[in-house]
Amino acid sequence: MTLTATYAPPTEEAGAEKELFLPSFVRILKTRQLTALEKVFTLSLPDGKPLGHRPGQFMEVSMLGVGEAPISISSSPSRSEESFELCVRNVGDVTSALHRLQVGDKIGVRGPFGRGFPYEKFRGKDVLFAPGGLGLAPLRSLINQVLDERALYGRVILLYGAKTPGELLFKDELKTWSERSDLELLVTVDRGDETWTGNTGVITTLFRQVSVYPRNTVAITCGPPVMYRFVLMELFGKGISEGNIYLSLERRMKCGVGKCGHCQINNVYACQSGPVFSYKEIKGLEEAL
Amino acid sequence: MSLTILQKQDLNAFITGLLPHYRVAGPVQMNGGFAFDLISSPAELHLDYPTTILPPKKYLLPPMETLFSFDNSNGGAIQSPPPAQPTVIFGVHTCDVHAIQLLDAVFSRGQSDAAYLGRRRQSLIVSVECLSPCDEHSFCKSMGTLSAEEGYDLHLTDLGEAYAVDIGSEAGSALLEYARTTPPAPQDAQRLNAVLSEKWPRFPYRLDFDVSDLPSLLNMSMKSPLWNELGERCLACAACTNVCPTCFCFDVKDEIELDLVHGQRVRIWDSCQLDEFATVAGGHNFRKNSAMRQRHRFMRKGKYILEAHDYLGCVGCGRCARACLVDITPVGVFNELHRQLEVEGKL
Repeated sequence: MTLTATYAPPTEEAGAEKELFLPSFVRILKTRQLTALEKVFTLSLPDGKPLGHRPGQFMEVSMLGVGEAPISISSSPSRSEESFELCVRNVGDVTSALHRLQVGDKIGVRGPFGRGFPYEKFRGKDVLFAPGGLGLAPLRSLINQVLDERALYGRVILLYGAKTPGELLFKDELKTWSERSDLELLVTVDRGDETWTGNTGVITTLFRQVSVYPRNTVAITCGPPVMYRFVLMELFGKGISEGNIYLSLERRMKCGVGKCGHCQINNVYACQSGPVFSYKEIKGLEEAL
Repeated sequence: MSLTILQKQDLNAFITGLLPHYRVAGPVQMNGGFAFDLISSPAELHLDYPTTILPPKKYLLPPMETLFSFDNSNGGAIQSPPPAQPTVIFGVHTCDVHAIQLLDAVFSRGQSDAAYLGRRRQSLIVSVECLSPCDEHSFCKSMGTLSAEEGYDLHLTDLGEAYAVDIGSEAGSALLEYARTTPPAPQDAQRLNAVLSEKWPRFPYRLDFDVSDLPSLLNMSMKSPLWNELGERCLACAACTNVCPTCFCFDVKDEIELDLVHGQRVRIWDSCQLDEFATVAGGHNFRKNSAMRQRHRFMRKGKYILEAHDYLGCVGCGRCARACLVDITPVGVFNELHRQLEVEGKL
């Protein structure tokens, strides 16, 4: 499928308003199959401009005739000169259609949307990342941002858990990261296989292997809903304060601009006030986790 | 505000004058009740209707609308829908005027919604002053929507032989070029004052507390056992949100023709009362039972929407109460929460 955007010119009645739901079309420069289910798409904007996103923001990704789905941006702004990356799990109608595309095909995007990570506030601090499963996809944007301005941060710790070795994402990058002396990386899988020689157990087992200076540590976590309360307990157990714990929450945003109602968490729209929240911001919101 | 007088015998000529230039919608008799519909003759219009099943919202936020069409053949192309047609919505009750003001705020604040605003700018609101309650379900007086000071282009008050017409906008004033009106005589103004003062006592207060206390009442009721009771009764049919003049949640999806090449991206009404509304890709549902979904609905109506948009999310029209098959009503819910807090000594 190939697509070109031939927009009807905005009518006078519609004024100069940008039509909210009209996607722009971006070309697939490269695809990379990470696992059986996950694929990374490297996409280039039509005018070659950077996307201008913050780590933690998301795009609405369109397949005309199939629909639209919110996907977090996986590349860091520090490395997104003329392209950006989305890591997509083949799990629904839109994402399975995306997985069938080839280099050179075009996909529709809207965004970036939402509030990303306030990483400027993390500078000078130790940063602890705790992604689970596909949660590494949005956090990778921030991890690479931090690594690209590494001198501005204290310790950088990455605790990553996946269900099986085959489901570990970005294995090449994990290898590079493991070779860096300025990044403390621990990886675990719930169930190993015959080749696996690393840690076995859920992500919380990794926290026992690291100690942190809680007053100067920011923790960032993202993963399946079931993971959060266990990871939070580990972080509180280390004395990290509620305001220094950041989460990226998943919701099925349909508009991205606080109108459709799908991402509402009590009175908060995740698409605008999030998807990144500090724990302090959401702890009173019963529907958050 | 500027006032003019339209004799009732001249109303039909006014509407006949509008019809060549505008789509005219208004309350018409249908299936033993009343519904907003497009009219082709003034005789169809019934301005003294009690209420309608669906509010006039459908002309501004249709149940389904095409956001754009696409053609996946031969390179592919996207086309915006045709511009909205000029439409006069006649006979809007003041509760619905308040609801439209909320919709305007929602779709114009922040990232504005061109599809909604394109239709809104082409729409003129001719509202009518309600002189008696629709039925036992309406509670406009308690919600502060028994009158409207703005939000209409023209506003009609029935004086018996004539309508007092309040001109609310320049566009409304321009509409009157199609009407034969006369300046108000002193006795018209007296009659108008009398009609308005006489109507007020006919409407009952139905909330047991002042509406300004509603947000804090809800705030204190997050853990109320009432939500579980409602959850057990609720059939999750979404009738309440479908008939609501202020509900604006929607889904966006694609419809593809049988040729698998042409299609439309459409916006359709959605409902927080449907079980999949807050579900994400992995299947996790953040409002997993009817109790949570009912609570969310009432929190939006009396608190969340007010906090986000400065308008209450309920205008007291009573449509959801009439539509509910298991008698879940906002008056019943709000008064019961008030009673519970009183019993607990929290008020």
